[in-house]
Amino acid sequence: MKRYVSIWFRHLITDRWVIRHPDLKDTAFVLAAPKAGRMVITAASADAEKQGILSGMVVADARAVEPNLQVFEDKPGLAARLLSALAEWCLRYTPIVAVDCDSGLILDITGCAHLWGSERAYMKDITARLRGSGYDVRAAVADTIGAAWAVCHYGRITPLIEPCKQSQAIAPLPPAALRLDAGILERMNKLGFYQIGSFISMPRSILRRRFGQQLLSRLDQALGQLTENILPVCPVEPYQERLPCLEPIRTAPAIEMALSKLLEVLCSRLLKESKGIRKVLFKAFRMDGGVQQIEIGTNSASCNQQHLFRLFQLKVSSLRPDLGFELFILEAPVVEDVEQTQETLWNISGSNDQAEIAELLDRLTGRGGMDIVHRYLPDEHYWPERSIKTATSLLDKPQTKWRTDRPRPVSLLPQPELIQVSAPVPDYPPMLFRYKGQVHKIKKADGPERIEQEWWIQDGLQRDYYCVEDENGARYWIFRLGHYGTNQPEWFIHGFFC
Amino acid sequence: MIQAINKIDIFQQLQKQIHTLQGFRTPTESQRVDFGLGIIERSFTGNIFPTGAIHELISAGREDAAATTGFMAGLLGKMMQRGGICLWISQKRTLFPPALKFFGIDPDRVVFIDVKNEKDLLWMVEESLKCQALSAVVGELKELNLTESRRLQLAVEQSRVTGLLHRLNPRRIENTACTARWKITPLASSLDPEMPGMGFARWNIELLKARNGEPGQWQLQWINGSFDYSAVKPSILSDEDQLLKAG
Repeated sequence: MKRYVSIWFRHLITDRWVIRHPDLKDTAFVLAAPKAGRMVITAASADAEKQGILSGMVVADARAVEPNLQVFEDKPGLAARLLSALAEWCLRYTPIVAVDCDSGLILDITGCAHLWGSERAYMKDITARLRGSGYDVRAAVADTIGAAWAVCHYGRITPLIEPCKQSQAIAPLPPAALRLDAGILERMNKLGFYQIGSFISMPRSILRRRFGQQLLSRLDQALGQLTENILPVCPVEPYQERLPCLEPIRTAPAIEMALSKLLEVLCSRLLKESKGIRKVLFKAFRMDGGVQQIEIGTNSASCNQQHLFRLFQLKVSSLRPDLGFELFILEAPVVEDVEQTQETLWNISGSNDQAEIAELLDRLTGRGGMDIVHRYLPDEHYWPERSIKTATSLLDKPQTKWRTDRPRPVSLLPQPELIQVSAPVPDYPPMLFRYKGQVHKIKKADGPERIEQEWWIQDGLQRDYYCVEDENGARYWIFRLGHYGTNQPEWFIHGFFC
Repeated sequence: MIQAINKIDIFQQLQKQIHTLQGFRTPTESQRVDFGLGIIERSFTGNIFPTGAIHELISAGREDAAATTGFMAGLLGKMMQRGGICLWISQKRTLFPPALKFFGIDPDRVVFIDVKNEKDLLWMVEESLKCQALSAVVGELKELNLTESRRLQLAVEQSRVTGLLHRLNPRRIENTACTARWKITPLASSLDPEMPGMGFARWNIELLKARNGEPGQWQLQWINGSFDYSAVKPSILSDEDQLLKAG
């Protein structure tokens, strides 16, 4: 048996204006937006509505009714933004909240109300809190979305419709409570159907012929004979754990306790399904409505509780509790399958090492940032800077072999640096070179090794590399850019041999 | 005479006990790595190059740093013979990964951590040294004091991971708790005068300090994937190095 709450914000946008500008309270004001060259009212405050100023009127007409009317410019999209923020706020009552048209919310409260004692206390809490923050709301609870909506908008007796009593509840309401098109409503009005009860028991074929399929399906939805789906505002994470707190939590040790509790539940569930976490979000809802979150990522899927806890521990200090947290949510938006490894007796080498190293890397990236870990694979280029590529994961295997047929220095400068040389003969290694103000006499030399520029990647001159050793025994990798010809070619130092 | 022999026995036993208290453990036959350092290994307790310990390597200037990197890569190559992964933690890395292949290391088995600030570097080195799954950890850092080195030493005593700390241009050289302090400088390669080209890499290895061992100085070559100590000859430490050793 499903239970739904429909919440209707009667003056959503104008209430928001009053919250923002308290001096507008109890005054008649409207919001207007230009439409077809005229300023048309998009929202009117409660006081303005009392004087007959409704949304859809032209501002000039409204001014004729009320000369002191204040007009503000409406920002498009405000209502949608407000509603989605309110819907997120309502997540504390139920995990499934949907935005309804442009002025209401639908909450699927199945199995939630008993946490507040009863449905009455539950509804009271919602409306009291929303009214307390300045919104004029009406709410109703019923078995179906249609019935809840109808009672919320048009009900006069009680907002609490008991299970299976929706047909009695909607019977005295006008047909508009069924969310019908204006054309159908007009026709029903003409025929004298002022209450739902007057046609609810009529044969369906007659109603269909007269008013179309919409009336029947809306009626079925309200009575619960046809299921109605809602689009939850925040799709429920499949891997999510919640922990509401009786008392607001303010201290770091208490937050860590809450965190480890949540992790324990989540990890044991993941372990059963042999899944591992790649990314975890820890959200903390503050008393004053603020939401704070910390996020961790792992290099390989993990459901090791201690490890994940340690990763979070580095970041817990960044949470600002202020008045205290009242609800914690732990979600794992990214999970992957993991292969269960058997506990090994000898932990010297084996598959367990991989997991242990991955955990270490997680800790390091947690402290230093995601981009600090590098691993390289050979790439099929002779150009030294392009001869390696970064691996994407710990498990990548090299596709080609590492080459050792040509000497390569252990230490490579990030950018080749210019040196001054004196070379006796073209195409010979130089006799001496000057680097950082120091002259190095070359005693031994090897080369040249010509490396051509890869024209399909980059234009430029080729390099002629020499390995040289100076009088102190230090070994360098230097190159000449281009040929001897009309221009004097430049020489560079690119690395140091061991 | 008999008393004297007994005394030597007792000394040796006591020394062994002290070594165990200091965290020194003789590696079992399966853990033992053959470094091929020959005479140099005799400078250490039990005539073994100490693994599961912290080695400190000091170099000044880029040329020395390259020679030191070569020596470290040689050691790493021997330690990673049986597979495993090594971590290379540094701030301004100049190491060219393909060169590691010349020392018997698959460069894809080395994970490089390029730390952005120096504060994190030491923390990361310590954290990595605690991870038993690693074969070795190389840390390129500048400064290291007694307290910091003590922490690292305690970490490896638990995990038995070998740590190589390369200190480039350190401002101060204090006393540290590291097992050994090395200084490697390049030497001119020896080659027949009539031969063209460059010879094998050749270094001057100075063991400035060794816990429970004898410092010394040798010449060493790297030939085709192994240390060549045929040219090894002990030489006398210079005055400057004596000062360093006193540290």
